[in-house]
Amino acid sequence: MADVMTTEAPAAAHQSEGAGTGISNNKLLMWVFLGSECLLFGGLISTYLIYRSRFHTGPAPGDIFDIPFTSVSSFVLLMSSLTMVLALSALNRGDIRNNRLWLLTTALLGSLFIGGQVYEFTTFVREGLGYTTSPFSSAFFTLTGFHGIHVSVGIVMLMSLFISSLRGSLRQEHSETVEIVGLYWHFVDIVWIFIFTVIYLVPSPTS
Amino acid sequence: MSTTDIAQSGDTSHDGGHGDEGHEHPSDAKYIQIAAILGVLTALEVSTYFVNIGPALIPTLMVMMGVKFFLVAAWFMHLRFDSSLFTKFFVGGLVLATGVYMIALTAFEFWTKG
Repeated sequence: MADVMTTEAPAAAHQSEGAGTGISNNKLLMWVFLGSECLLFGGLISTYLIYRSRFHTGPAPGDIFDIPFTSVSSFVLLMSSLTMVLALSALNRGDIRNNRLWLLTTALLGSLFIGGQVYEFTTFVREGLGYTTSPFSSAFFTLTGFHGIHVSVGIVMLMSLFISSLRGSLRQEHSETVEIVGLYWHFVDIVWIFIFTVIYLVPSPTS
Repeated sequence: MSTTDIAQSGDTSHDGGHGDEGHEHPSDAKYIQIAAILGVLTALEVSTYFVNIGPALIPTLMVMMGVKFFLVAAWFMHLRFDSSLFTKFFVGGLVLATGVYMIALTAFEFWTKG
């Protein structure tokens, strides 16, 4: 089992290839996971859409959303996808220095997005929209909170890669590991593209 | 794997395209170009909050969201260049989710009562 866990072997990128398919098992597993995540977020988004008009005991979504602020944080997350893909591109070229730089930048942009979400949640609570205030608030905080947890997990993965790189254990032959973390990160971005449009930009009910 | 799949996965005629393995990714300049398009689309989306475009609002937002979704999945997630099997798993989950939750929204009369 220890052999399986080792990531130091130069041939690590080839160990995960499925027999006969020529496709990496690890990458395939990530895509299957992301396919299943579509169902998780689909459920959360649908629940929000069903409950978004049920806000009689608190503020309405149309009254409380700060679109300019959320637009900026959406742009930040979108650009983190660019820095993520630049990190992978750098590692594919064997450019370890730029790989570290872009990994760290991606993690920082992700942290900025999470900071914005914490600020938004704090503002909402101050304005009387708590988690249990109304069915709308519960559905909203659950959906955006789950997304925030996903971003946070992504930041942990990015920082793990960054630390591995500093320790010299993330080299060009491990580019598939960075690519798989990148797939997760881009998926989190894609989910936000959907949430930003459907939850924030499509006109919401007002009180 | 069908001949179409093989043609897709083995097609290296794209910009920096590749097959399933030993693939090359697009250039950094191409990634920056895609990010710029994504930025412009986001700005256009946000502009609909300030400019009233009437009944065209929701279809316009959905189209722009779909284009952004496609660009990230195709270019940043490399679905355009990678094995078509990955696309099938992802689109499979997406289609299943869309179908299931469209039925759920219909059952809750979302389309008629909002």
